[in-house]
Amino acid sequence: MAMTESELNEILGKLPSKVQKNRSKHILVKDCSQPDQEIEANTRTIPGIITNRGCAYAGCKGVVLGPLKDMIHIVHGPIGCSYYAWGTRRNKGKTEDPSDNYLNYCFSTDMQEKDIVFGGEKKLAATIDEVVKIFNPKAITVSATCPVGLIGDDIQQVAKAAEARHGIQVLAFNCEGYKGVSQSAGHHIANNILMDKVIGNSTEEKAPKPFAINILGEYNIGGDSWEIERVLKEIGYHIVSVMTGDGSYEELRLAHTSELNLVQCHRSINYIAEMLETKYGTPWLKVNFIGINSTAESLRNMAQYFGDETLIRKTEEVILRELANIQPRIDQYRKICDGKRAFCFVGGSRGHHYQGLFAELGIETVLAGYEFAHRDDYEGRKVLPMIKTDSDSKNIPELHVERDTERYCVKLSPEIAEELRARIPLSNYTGLNIDMKDGSIVVDDLNHYETEEFIRLLKPDIFASGIKDKYVVQKMGIPAKQIHSYDYSGPYAGFNGAVNFARDVSMAFASPTWNYITPPWHKLPLLEGKINEGGAA
Amino acid sequence: MLDATPKKMAERTSGGMINPAKTCQPIGAMYAALGIHACLPHSHGSQGCCSYHRMHLTRHFRDPVMASTSSFTEGASVFGGGANLKTAIKNVFEIYNPDVMAVHTTCLSETIGDDIPTIIKQSEVPEGKVVFHANTPSYQGSHITGFSNMTKAMVTYFAETTVAEKDDTVNLIPGFVNPGDMREIKRITNTMGIPFIMFPDTSGVLDSPMTGSFEMYPRGGVTLAELKKAGDSKLSVALGRFASSDAAETLEKKCKVPAITLKTPIGIKATDAFVMALRGAFAVEVPQELEDERGQLVDIMTDTHFHIHGKTVAVFGDPDIVSPVVEFLLSLGMKPIHVLTGTPGGALGSGMAGFEGEMKEMLEAAGVNANVRSASDLFTLHQWIKNEPVDLLIGNTYGKFIAKAEDIPFVRLGFPILDRSVHSYLPVVGYHGAMRLIEMISGALLDRQDRDAADEDFELVM
Repeated sequence: MAMTESELNEILGKLPSKVQKNRSKHILVKDCSQPDQEIEANTRTIPGIITNRGCAYAGCKGVVLGPLKDMIHIVHGPIGCSYYAWGTRRNKGKTEDPSDNYLNYCFSTDMQEKDIVFGGEKKLAATIDEVVKIFNPKAITVSATCPVGLIGDDIQQVAKAAEARHGIQVLAFNCEGYKGVSQSAGHHIANNILMDKVIGNSTEEKAPKPFAINILGEYNIGGDSWEIERVLKEIGYHIVSVMTGDGSYEELRLAHTSELNLVQCHRSINYIAEMLETKYGTPWLKVNFIGINSTAESLRNMAQYFGDETLIRKTEEVILRELANIQPRIDQYRKICDGKRAFCFVGGSRGHHYQGLFAELGIETVLAGYEFAHRDDYEGRKVLPMIKTDSDSKNIPELHVERDTERYCVKLSPEIAEELRARIPLSNYTGLNIDMKDGSIVVDDLNHYETEEFIRLLKPDIFASGIKDKYVVQKMGIPAKQIHSYDYSGPYAGFNGAVNFARDVSMAFASPTWNYITPPWHKLPLLEGKINEGGAA
Repeated sequence: MLDATPKKMAERTSGGMINPAKTCQPIGAMYAALGIHACLPHSHGSQGCCSYHRMHLTRHFRDPVMASTSSFTEGASVFGGGANLKTAIKNVFEIYNPDVMAVHTTCLSETIGDDIPTIIKQSEVPEGKVVFHANTPSYQGSHITGFSNMTKAMVTYFAETTVAEKDDTVNLIPGFVNPGDMREIKRITNTMGIPFIMFPDTSGVLDSPMTGSFEMYPRGGVTLAELKKAGDSKLSVALGRFASSDAAETLEKKCKVPAITLKTPIGIKATDAFVMALRGAFAVEVPQELEDERGQLVDIMTDTHFHIHGKTVAVFGDPDIVSPVVEFLLSLGMKPIHVLTGTPGGALGSGMAGFEGEMKEMLEAAGVNANVRSASDLFTLHQWIKNEPVDLLIGNTYGKFIAKAEDIPFVRLGFPILDRSVHSYLPVVGYHGAMRLIEMISGALLDRQDRDAADEDFELVM
């Protein structure tokens, strides 16, 4: 059931005129006859609209830094920001020595009124000293919250002085919540500093094993990264580091030694992949380990990149075995899911990634979009030169890297690179829009009003989004699947992850609980009677 | 689990928190505002605040938590958030049409000093609609302070004296408790036949039924008309001094409604005190129904005493919950030897004694030697437990890390509970709530005994 422009206009027509004008640029009805449909993205959310978006701090500390398990992450600010990012994202991690793992800890300077008035630098320095004394960590991050920038605390200087005192890296991140327009700003702030100060901060020059790779933009939610790594290791890859799922400070320092960078979440990290190519000559490959075909294709593309016969053969062997293992189970679940229709509105990559997995279960995605993506995530990297910098993106410091003359190494000859680019997404991503069906809807920064209206019009069978809209949708009698936290299940990535996802989605459809919504007394009249010859009995 | 935590008590002087036992004001204000019928809470700050608060509340209640935000950008942070709030007010009423919009501030808008009442006055508020506000700076107090500030704002904005002689009505200010608790407090008051106004009242809002359609403004919540009438009531009962007494005392000053502050009615003594206060003020007999419930509770307390008597307990959470829970544990013959809250000091502006003083007095009277601390964190609690182990841990979901690390039976109580369901529907207040607490406590202890029993010691009857 495709949507027409007039139906879309009817929805938007009920909004105040300024809002309508703004929102109409963030929504498109896919029209396959138009090759370059434009969508506005990464611009300010309208105050009062009820958005799902978060802030720069959430993107920096919550998403990118939080999963680095062997560092202590101090949040400089009032207590809430650190509290809400404590164990809420399900980024799993384990360390060989369990006392090196701080994932279940939460550190805050707990700024009080006097710190706001007189400045919080001393308290931050004292908190760093205390944490070093108690825990003796390898490295520390400090993330700023809104008031820190406003009162002018110089956290960079405090961090620098603490580095000198303690002889460990103390990295400061100016990720105040008001910066940029969404979490995306925080991803940039976090990743740029990791790129600048951690990656390559090691004397190691070479990975110990061949086929060394980094996985960028994989956050190990529900153990996703572990399921991906299981297969990659078996095929013969050496994983140098993951940014940043089950991530490690120690491993991240070695990231320059890899021969290929995989990019799972294009939104949060594509710029780092570009920088790694500029600095070290390491190309990147867009992968998608969500869905069976996407996983198999990503593995094949990796093998093509290395062009090694043994690797190519092993890749096919593993794919064949994994498929044989999971396909019968997927087929069972497909019987339950086939013919259903989904909304898929998540983050900056998953809104695209999950569509393939849905399709493998026979579920068509009729509406998709991202919470905090940029135009290139919708329209592909070809639009990058066309994206204008606005005042909100200007306040995110840009990092310009140059070729590392000692470490730069050409991994592919230009001819081979060009030949490969024709076949595999080497240093390229074509975006979400191209995969959408004619008449389907693409929405950027979906809000509550539109959620209700699109559901009313398109009547999806399942709604894939987050926690804030989950119960809204379920109250309507429609199953809602959290694709940020996986409803505390997972992994959903890779081959076994696909089965988990199929099981969970099928469970949402098959649950008998939906049958009880209407009470029996609403189905039968209070008084029942038969018409007899002599009248009503 | 928490393997980096040393047993040796760390010297802590920085004022920083490790594994906090509190969060910030705005989430409490958002929760309180949801207890007004057809009210949309509005967070005046960065988007992240609203997003985090909605996330956390939704995970605790497993119900929709609707709220809007001013979506500050850097420009708004520099030039003031007035334009953002005015735009938000216009959009919220045009698109979402609530009766009331409850604005609360954040550390951002407080730091830049946005003058909310002036901005509201300059905004386009449709006829018949209301916007009100509470200042909730995140760098003071805790989520409980925010709840208290928003509840107080309901009084300052809406309560009026409209009659010469007070109505035979009681104001019930339930504090930061679950909808199931608010329901139970209302039920008890109903059985005594006393008319009441409860504010805030999130029952019917955050425990709304599944009907197959989404109602942005469910049936529950106190109405503005009721809030106005609260100024005519004969008595205000503030349950929990940290969350509720400020509102009751403000109402006393504003409309001369006498205020009394009681413990949140958790456990037999605090419930008795609540019932006795109503009985005294309204000269009504306690109905047989309640007396029977109380009798059943005492029956259960006696029947189960050998499961629980003398067991040591660590309790943490919000001060208004911890205080009556400690009292109840003492009534059961248990020993709460570690007692901790993250919320600092006494209730803001109330002039009342701090949490630590009150706890120590109660524990000393019972002859229990205990560690007691307010404005503290779970890292401290964990170190206490490492040095002096306990039989049971009671607290919110964050306690599960300590419970696993030290292999202690764990009863989830308070806010937030993110890893279990149904808790927000069922009360822990009143005599029924006390029965439920005993079921939870003795169940946790006996499950542990079963788990650890050798086959020859594994008992059928316990």
